[in-house]
Amino acid sequence: MVLAGLRLLHTDEPNALPHEHIVGTPVPRKEGLDKVTGRARYVDDIALPGMLYGQTVRSTIPRGRIREIRYGSGVDWTEYVIVTAKDIPGRNVVALILDDQPCLADGVVNHPEEPILLLAHPDRHQLSRAAEAIEITYDPLPAIFSIEESERQSEVIWGTDNVFKSFLVEKGSLEGIWERAAHVVEGEYSTGAQEQLYIENNGMIGAYDEEAGVTVWGSLQCPYYVHKALMAVFALPEEKVRVVQMETGGAFGGKEEYPSMIAAHAGLLAMKAKRSVKIVYDRLEDMAATTKRHPSRTRHRTAVDANGIILGGEIDITMDGGAYATLSSVVLSRGTIHAGGPYYWPNVTIRSKAVATNAPPQGAFRGFGAPQTLFAMERHIEHIAEVVGISPVEIRKRNFLKPGMTTTTDQLIRENIDLEELLDHALELSQYRDKKQRFTQQNERANVKKGMGIAAFLHGAGFTGSGERYLNSLVGVEALADGTVRVLVSSAEFGQGTNTVLCQIAAEALNIPYDRVTIAQPDTSVVPNSGPTVASRTAMIVGNLVRSAAVGLAQTLEASCGLSRSFTYEEFRQACRKHIEEHGQLKSLSRYEAPPGIFWDDQKYRGEAYAAFAWAIYVAEVSIDLTTYSVSVDDFVALQEIGKVLHPRLAEGQIAGGVAQAIGFALYEKVVWQMGRMQNHQMTNYIMPTSADLPPIRVFFKELGNVHGAYGAKGIGELPMDGPAPAIVNAIQDALGIPFDYIPLLPEDIYQRLAIQSPAPVVEG
Amino acid sequence: MRADPSHYELVAPQNLEAVLALMDREPGAWTPIAGGTDLMVLYAAGKLPACKLVSIWNLPELRQIEVLPEEIRMGAGCTYTDLRTNDIIAREFPLLASAAAWTGGIANQNRGTVGGNIVNASPAADSLPALLVYEASLTLVSARGERKLPYGQFHQAYKRHALQPGELIRTIRLPRRFSGYFSYARKVGARRAQAIAKVCIAALGKVEGGKIVDARIALGSVAPVPLRLGDTEEALLGKNPERELATLAAQTVARQIQPIDDIRSTVRYRTAVAANLVAEFVEALGSQAGRE
Amino acid sequence: MALIPETAKQTIELRVNGLPRSVLVRPMERLLDVLRHELGLTGAKEGCGEGECGSCSVLLDGQLVNSCLVPIAQAHGSSVLTIEGLTADKRLHPLQQAFLSCNGAQCGICTPGMILAAVHLLNKHPEPTLAEIREGLSGNLCRCTGYSQIFEAIRQAANPGASE
Repeated sequence: MVLAGLRLLHTDEPNALPHEHIVGTPVPRKEGLDKVTGRARYVDDIALPGMLYGQTVRSTIPRGRIREIRYGSGVDWTEYVIVTAKDIPGRNVVALILDDQPCLADGVVNHPEEPILLLAHPDRHQLSRAAEAIEITYDPLPAIFSIEESERQSEVIWGTDNVFKSFLVEKGSLEGIWERAAHVVEGEYSTGAQEQLYIENNGMIGAYDEEAGVTVWGSLQCPYYVHKALMAVFALPEEKVRVVQMETGGAFGGKEEYPSMIAAHAGLLAMKAKRSVKIVYDRLEDMAATTKRHPSRTRHRTAVDANGIILGGEIDITMDGGAYATLSSVVLSRGTIHAGGPYYWPNVTIRSKAVATNAPPQGAFRGFGAPQTLFAMERHIEHIAEVVGISPVEIRKRNFLKPGMTTTTDQLIRENIDLEELLDHALELSQYRDKKQRFTQQNERANVKKGMGIAAFLHGAGFTGSGERYLNSLVGVEALADGTVRVLVSSAEFGQGTNTVLCQIAAEALNIPYDRVTIAQPDTSVVPNSGPTVASRTAMIVGNLVRSAAVGLAQTLEASCGLSRSFTYEEFRQACRKHIEEHGQLKSLSRYEAPPGIFWDDQKYRGEAYAAFAWAIYVAEVSIDLTTYSVSVDDFVALQEIGKVLHPRLAEGQIAGGVAQAIGFALYEKVVWQMGRMQNHQMTNYIMPTSADLPPIRVFFKELGNVHGAYGAKGIGELPMDGPAPAIVNAIQDALGIPFDYIPLLPEDIYQRLAIQSPAPVVEG
Repeated sequence: MRADPSHYELVAPQNLEAVLALMDREPGAWTPIAGGTDLMVLYAAGKLPACKLVSIWNLPELRQIEVLPEEIRMGAGCTYTDLRTNDIIAREFPLLASAAAWTGGIANQNRGTVGGNIVNASPAADSLPALLVYEASLTLVSARGERKLPYGQFHQAYKRHALQPGELIRTIRLPRRFSGYFSYARKVGARRAQAIAKVCIAALGKVEGGKIVDARIALGSVAPVPLRLGDTEEALLGKNPERELATLAAQTVARQIQPIDDIRSTVRYRTAVAANLVAEFVEALGSQAGRE
Repeated sequence: MALIPETAKQTIELRVNGLPRSVLVRPMERLLDVLRHELGLTGAKEGCGEGECGSCSVLLDGQLVNSCLVPIAQAHGSSVLTIEGLTADKRLHPLQQAFLSCNGAQCGICTPGMILAAVHLLNKHPEPTLAEIREGLSGNLCRCTGYSQIFEAIRQAANPGASE
């Protein structure tokens, strides 16, 4: 059996309703039928009448001034619509946080693949050749490509010091700890870039009309981010910008902010052409030009006592943000807050910074900074264990956070989480001790070395600190005259199950059948802004608002139609009809309210960083074949505490999918850079795992509830990304006795290290 | 999709004769396309300069597997699936059957052809080392007639081969001499499926009276062309297949190969793994001989 | 690269989902594009254009192929099965049913190709082992599921009565 399936290990649900019968059950995926029949409509499946096709012409150098743009002969340029920065009616920015990224380069380029101009033509086959016929000459400027080069500041490419953002977190005091320590353990850990590799490439259709303004349809996660960005580019008011999300074929963060850029491009071409324009990237372009996970370097210096207990330490984090700020500050923030892992740090100083290099800007990718710093922490804790002379299990048990303790940002752990018990359970499920013992014996003679590795971690759900208050999310639940109920949110479905879970919640809250609840296609002219579909916030936070809006709807009917508290669905239907006859519509809105007593200091980066943490222990079993130095993950146990399992199948699917991506992050997915440009920008040489490469991923859940989440749920979308990579590298160390402190870790890297240890050609035996 | 179909011609004559006549009429102008698994990738990337294509897909003359007492004659248009589903090939030419199973996924095996693999001449091609050790010979055909060529002489340099303008590979002939041999094949790629080989090996060995009487070893991805390791083969002949010999054999490998650093792997890795694979072959040969 | 004069369109006749279809297209149009643009069958998707991801998979004369790699002229006279052809009389194919109950489709973009690969697999191996399933799907990349629930779906479709 591949997946052991959902197993609830311990249920303690303080805020669950007594008779849940929809939430927590495996109802059919709302849009599942469309997906399995091929009827689901993604942006490239649509053509509007008279639509043109668009193409982006991009920089071929990493940094410099544009000297000249020549439109070559052999092309009838009158057939093409051409847009440059000059055509932008509003501000030439992709509005996000710092607004430093131009929508189209204007005289200067700061990374390879930076968009310079746009072409459109009725025949999509005429675009490549035309793009190739455009000659752009540059005056190159010196460019930088690594964290170290950026830190050196011999070339300052952004701001005054190449630093997009920095944070300082100070808890307690480091005074005297180095002297008190029995051991001072240092380490440096690095992670590489990773491509989100959604199977559907980025795409948008743009339309422009003097009356209606600009409309875009596309593959995206955050309709209102795109909306805000288009308002800026087109200098249009809210009501003249409309963003519609099409079925989206995977996103993982890669479509959090990049769609704003491509939407603006499609809109600009449509404006100039006076016809709708579709831009869909091919894989070559999408991989080379769009955002990736921030590469990182984390340095630890930790003081521990003779028993391996952490007295305190310094953590130094640097992330490579590429050429523009985009989301670097927020990625850095999350990485900073998670850097201490699930451990108690009585004293810690965390310094972090995101720096600029001349590569396409990095962006959001599932985990958003946490996979990077948690990789470091989970490798470092093993390093500490080794120095102190105790086991990976023991070191963690001695340092785990417990209820009543505080995190690195002084957040009090209030819930009843018992990480030692969780760890023991994971070890049991994975047969860790048995296998480790067996492998130690086998490895002496075997050519294929086996090992077991653990990772313990946490993931905060929702926007950090006061982020949710800032988002000020608004959700609607509407009833129609026939008694069907429609959920109105800007939260996007892209495989994770948003549509299903939010409908389950509405159905549960109203106590009406699940199949009577629908969810509106995210269209900014129809749905309110429930915030972006990121940060593992949707089920937990938006879900809670759906619940309260649904309850509000029932209360409205109670008041207007005398609907009794425990109504039947038929009664509900009648009441809806009656109310709509009398009042025209029946819509209930619910707005986010920050829970009272939640304190967060944005200056000192101190306080309650997240409304809830999910907790996890992952265990990996690996083999390394010394003939080929390849690592195979043979078994994987993913055990997590997630508040409440809203939908068993969807939750399993999220974890399994995230684990698979993280296995890729650890062992397969290397971005090969040359002068800031991705060289292996094809699926044939950017390697993600196939069905033949992945082990059975065994998923288990524990539920402790969550007062701040719908039906006790915590966000889980990103959690599974944090643990597998360090668990695997820990397992590799267990198997080979060699520590590796960077990922991706390829067979070539393992070979190199082994060769250094034994200079003769390594041969079997 | 970066190519413009309006600037590409593709004709599909009904039989081989018509194809060859066309190629003869305009020498060098027409590029044969079989299953398209190589050419269509280049095409979609906008990197196929050859814009006049003649389809040789599914031509009956090229898609037969003829079984004769002394040899198998595989049409160059046989797909990897055709190879995998043929009993004789599975039984008597397991190196080729393995290679076919390792090439791409099922969809690409249904379209990729042996002839295409040979003519595309990628040094990383999966089935070519097997053809070398099985002593394959090719029948080349043009409008002017046929000629035969030992497969070992087909590849002359990186992506340069012995086909003359107007010529196609018609048949790959495999002598049925290797049933009694121990066979060992392994492909090392970045993942277990859909991977281009970083190194691959096809090897045959025969042990009689405790001594190796024949050894044939070929590697892919370690040179501009698929490579027989003649020196290693010679070093093995007449010896006892045991651990020391495996180590010795491994040491002969480095000087015969010329691997490169490329987007997929490194010289050092390829060299080490090639040596390891040879050692593994010799040890496996020894184990098997020991069991008999 | 010197351009040849524009190639004429030609009539290609083929059976698609059981029906005879005729298209007037250039011979080097990809089967994928003909299905999507000429025939309005948008179930097959373009994920990579290189024959790596399998999201364009269809059955061509009963064989699983990547339609992004097939020039339409080579499909003349052939029969093609796309995802749209699986739903007979509004009834779901057992694989479609199983993908629904096992959550085998998350974002759905790989799903049409994946289901057809599974159809092809079950045609050859009606009760496939896990190894056969892995191999049968190894040319179809899924970024969302980690494949586990897809394997479950296939096992369920192959063996509807069996319990886990």
